[in-house]
Amino acid sequence: MIELERVTKIYPGSEVPAVDSVNLNIAEGDICILIGSSGCGKTTLMRMMNRLEPITSGFIRIGGESIMDKDVTALRRSIGYAIQQIGLFPHMTVYDNIATVPHLLGWDKKRIDERVDELLNMVQLPPDIFRFRYPRELSGGQAQRIGVTRAMATDPPVMLMDEPFGAIDPINREVLQDEFLKIQEKLKKTIVFVTHDIHEAIKMGDKIALLDAGQLVQYGTPEELLTQPKNRFVKDFVGADRALKRLNLLKVRDAMLTNPTHCHGEDPSETILEHMIENELSYLLVADREDNLKGYVNLEELQGHHGNVRDVVRPMTLTVKPEQNLKDALSKMLSYDLGIVVAMDDDGKIAGVLNSRTLVSVVGETYDERGGHWGRITTKGRII
Amino acid sequence: MSENKEAGTAGRVWMSIGFIFAFAAGAYAEYLGFFTFVKENPEEIWELFLDHCQLVGIASSIAILIGVPMGIFLTRGFMRRYRDMILNILGICQTVPSIAVIAIAMTYVGIGKTPAIIALVIYGLLPIIRNTVAGLANVSSVLLDAGSGMGMTPGQLLFRVEIPNAMYIILTGIRTSVVIGVGTAALSFLVGGGGMGDLIFTGIALVDPGYMMAGAVPTAGLAVFLNWIFGCIEKWIVSPGLVYE
Ligand SMILES: Nc1ncnc2c1ncn2[C@@H]1O[C@H](COP(=O)(O)OP(=O)(O)OP(=O)(O)O)[C@@H](O)[C@H]1O
Ligand SMILES: [Mg+2]
Repeated sequence: MIELERVTKIYPGSEVPAVDSVNLNIAEGDICILIGSSGCGKTTLMRMMNRLEPITSGFIRIGGESIMDKDVTALRRSIGYAIQQIGLFPHMTVYDNIATVPHLLGWDKKRIDERVDELLNMVQLPPDIFRFRYPRELSGGQAQRIGVTRAMATDPPVMLMDEPFGAIDPINREVLQDEFLKIQEKLKKTIVFVTHDIHEAIKMGDKIALLDAGQLVQYGTPEELLTQPKNRFVKDFVGADRALKRLNLLKVRDAMLTNPTHCHGEDPSETILEHMIENELSYLLVADREDNLKGYVNLEELQGHHGNVRDVVRPMTLTVKPEQNLKDALSKMLSYDLGIVVAMDDDGKIAGVLNSRTLVSVVGETYDERGGHWGRITTKGRII
Repeated sequence: MSENKEAGTAGRVWMSIGFIFAFAAGAYAEYLGFFTFVKENPEEIWELFLDHCQLVGIASSIAILIGVPMGIFLTRGFMRRYRDMILNILGICQTVPSIAVIAIAMTYVGIGKTPAIIALVIYGLLPIIRNTVAGLANVSSVLLDAGSGMGMTPGQLLFRVEIPNAMYIILTGIRTSVVIGVGTAALSFLVGGGGMGDLIFTGIALVDPGYMMAGAVPTAGLAVFLNWIFGCIEKWIVSPGLVYE
């Protein structure tokens, strides 16, 4: 969707290029994160895409067509742009600010009214309170949210967002990020998104472009940056705790062991006890005929028990969902002081188990220089 | 911002001068025979007053119609390099005493209203141009970036972003220009342009305070009144989203 070919920018009077021969290919419907330290050229690169900055050399194509061949005004109206400094018009109300581009495109009032309300609701600012406020009556974070909605007003297929959540507190930021991703899932826009925050980059990005001194150092999925950092710089940038960051990217499904050893509630206690002793198991999961999780039994309670396992079954204190991200699952395990947790899908069936050792090995898998697994729990399915 | 303050101060100075005039006139009116004179010559005074208003009205309108576009023109990209030079030249023109400007105008176009209006226009231009330039230059480049980034054409940017944000400072310039014009217009009597100067200067020549006051008091009153009107216009036109101290 957006293709950059050897794009270079040298500001007049400057010796060194602010953007240095960058090649970048952003697929339609992707969020591409531009990240890098202050002054590395993120804003400059972005501003060349809507021709706010003339390109010194190289080519930029959007939708296959060179941006230099398009009418500059039409180009800019078709691209939502949220500038780094927010830049709300102080003489206009929130309503008029958001309606800027709709006004330019000549929308009728009713359509604008509806759109403004919809957008304000989306960023958690009640329209009845905020619609007719002036920018000076907004907090920094509120102003920034209005800035983002202004860029989205006409639902443009391409958006450039320069640190859109920079001034927002961590809690609201998470809410907005989630909301943003939810909308993005539906609308599938092509978004270039600048941030300083590597966590935000990993969470929001389909692709991350890491820049340093105007040069593109590495371009790839968050996974690739974390697991295959190209060089020392990338490694340092993504941080020494990149293993932990990777937990954010992985789902319980990716790390769980499927078909864990278990028994059925109607199995006789004596047989199960025998098997547990034989396999050196101190506890065992219990399910019913449909694989619905019932709980677990432990060795001591089975000893001397006659009858069915279901009489001594204990309920699970904690389960996780296969779609949950690994970081949340791990923090739950740690706070409940559990070494193992069962992943149960929405209709109550056992999906798999997660234990801290396999979890660590999965996370470590791709980059742990020593390599190798540390052993697993058994996954033989039902034992009798 | 300094221009803005300067203009505000000028407005206040004129206002105080107006009040002092009014007060002095009130206190000595009876003694000087002011009311007697007014009672005896209401029509003549009224006619001269209308004359005066006409001079100020025409001259100020022309000054605004030339000054504001000129100020806008000077802040467009291609003119920016000449901006300071032109402002300096206008500043120097302003130091020529108003009476000299009127005299010079007279040597070109003879006597009557025309030289008076020309002089008033020339004299009234500087505050308007200077404040228009200052107001527009004061608009943050971030807003211009945001506007053009969203696809505003230069014209849309000017009328929807730049002028509304510069409006307060532009209006202050116009207000200063008009209020100064009210005072300067009194001089037009000297080239046969009529106006309240007729009463003031004749009164001085005849050493007749009542006569003179009949010219001075309405002139001061007009200045105060116009200053107030502009205050109202300002509140009405300038967006409440913009605050000025
Ligand atoms: N208008 C300009 N004229 C000259 N140099 C500029 C201009 N704008 C930016 N630069 C320089 O270009 C380089 C890149 O700037 P840019 O604004 O793109 O950085 P950035 O990555 O967006 O930084 P930040 O994270 O702080 O926003 C910097 O060294 C900056 O000083
Ligand atoms: Mg930047």
